[in-house]
Amino acid sequence: MTVFVSRDKINSGFTSKVQRLADQNLMACYQCGKCSAGCPMAAYMDIPPNQMIRLAQLGMEEELLDSEAIWLCVSCMTCNMRCPKGVRIAELIESMRQIKLRARQDHLQVETIPTADLRAIPPIALIGSMRKFTS
Amino acid sequence: MKLSYFPGCTLKNHARNFEDSTLYAMDKLGVEAVELDRWNCCGTVYSLSTDDLMRQVAPIRNLLRTRERGDSQLMTGCSMCFNTLKRANNRARANEEDLASMNDFMYDEPVDYAGDVDVLHVLEVVRDQIGFDAIRERVVKPLEGLRVACYYGCMLVRPNEAAIDNAENPRVLEDLITVLGGEPVDFSHKTECCGAHQTVDKPEIIADKTYDILGAAKAQGADTVAVSCPLCAFNLDHRQEATLQKHSDFHTMPVVYFSQLMAIALGGSESVLRLDLHHTPPGPLLTGKGLL
Ligand code: SF4
Ligand code: SF4
Ligand code: SF4
Ligand code: SF4
Repeated sequence: MTVFVSRDKINSGFTSKVQRLADQNLMACYQCGKCSAGCPMAAYMDIPPNQMIRLAQLGMEEELLDSEAIWLCVSCMTCNMRCPKGVRIAELIESMRQIKLRARQDHLQVETIPTADLRAIPPIALIGSMRKFTS
Repeated sequence: MKLSYFPGCTLKNHARNFEDSTLYAMDKLGVEAVELDRWNCCGTVYSLSTDDLMRQVAPIRNLLRTRERGDSQLMTGCSMCFNTLKRANNRARANEEDLASMNDFMYDEPVDYAGDVDVLHVLEVVRDQIGFDAIRERVVKPLEGLRVACYYGCMLVRPNEAAIDNAENPRVLEDLITVLGGEPVDFSHKTECCGAHQTVDKPEIIADKTYDILGAAKAQGADTVAVSCPLCAFNLDHRQEATLQKHSDFHTMPVVYFSQLMAIALGGSESVLRLDLHHTPPGPLLTGKGLL
């Protein structure tokens, strides 16, 4: 992926908003890649976790908020447990989802789930996906 | 011993097999699980945003209900309920201001929550309060020759503040299976995530995860995989159909709750196992091993 780094983006406030919502310091990340190496969803993501962190450091709001990757993370906490710098990647990705959801941009349209699925899928999965994917 | 008990929504419908077998086993081990007479869904996932305190109110209300009963411990079997209740409780305990805001949200409650209830997983009660020695004495039908891959998933072991055991190599389930007379196998995928709620709109991802996880169990010669989470159970068992569609060399395998294995070993009849709720039937395996 080609991205253009600019002072405007870096100072746009996106970086600090993500940090505030997650109570994390993005700048602690030194790009070792361990989070992506153990992430169960990385193979399906358009931007792997370590790159999400890098882009967030640079204020790349559009690239991140329009990605599939933020919705693929399931908060399994594997990355958090293994990051040598103690960065809570899962919290940072959750805050990116929250920025979308708080603008009422839901990822899941519950009304499109077939009735048969609603019956077959247990509440633990339905409520989990509604909590993660809807506002 | 009496313990307040939080079942959670899924144990009351899709995972009756988990609840019935847990209550049977607890009763056999001298624990009376007293269901809270008013409880609400915990919200399933712990809210990770700093300012989202409203989301913490649902789990905390259940701790207030526990206090109302004059109890200071709340037991649950569902790994996700456990993780959500425990982390919300940790947050309330660690931050007085947060706790005050949560109590403000619950203005209709006659008393405030003071952070004085402990959240316990059934496996912690089994290991730390009942103890493996006491269980060994009560086994009437050892799980002889049953090779079990123990699957913890995520929520029993991550993050550290809510973990019941070591995050990378937990042992509590293996120790339990051994005490019940079964054979735990080495299992590389025991804490590898199953894909969780992606099952709702991306079952094809779960198919890959189930293929990998059950494949790893099979490679170790496991007969079955034991779980502690109704979402793990749904993904690893009910998504076997989708797995077979995507991976033609996949071999189906029965998935059971650890509590069902406890119930069998402690002398439970087939009615407490609710095997009708499984997708890949465990019946033939259990009958073959002389356990039904
Ligand atoms: S593991 Fe931590 S330090 Fe390494 S890339 Fe990921 S966030 Fe950065
Ligand atoms: S929490 Fe998200 S990013 Fe981290 S390992 Fe799990 S799925 Fe990957
Ligand atoms: S975690 Fe799931 S099963 Fe447990 S109470 Fe919450 S929604 Fe219900
Ligand atoms: S393994 Fe899957 S269902 Fe189980 S706790 Fe992890 S994410 Fe949840």
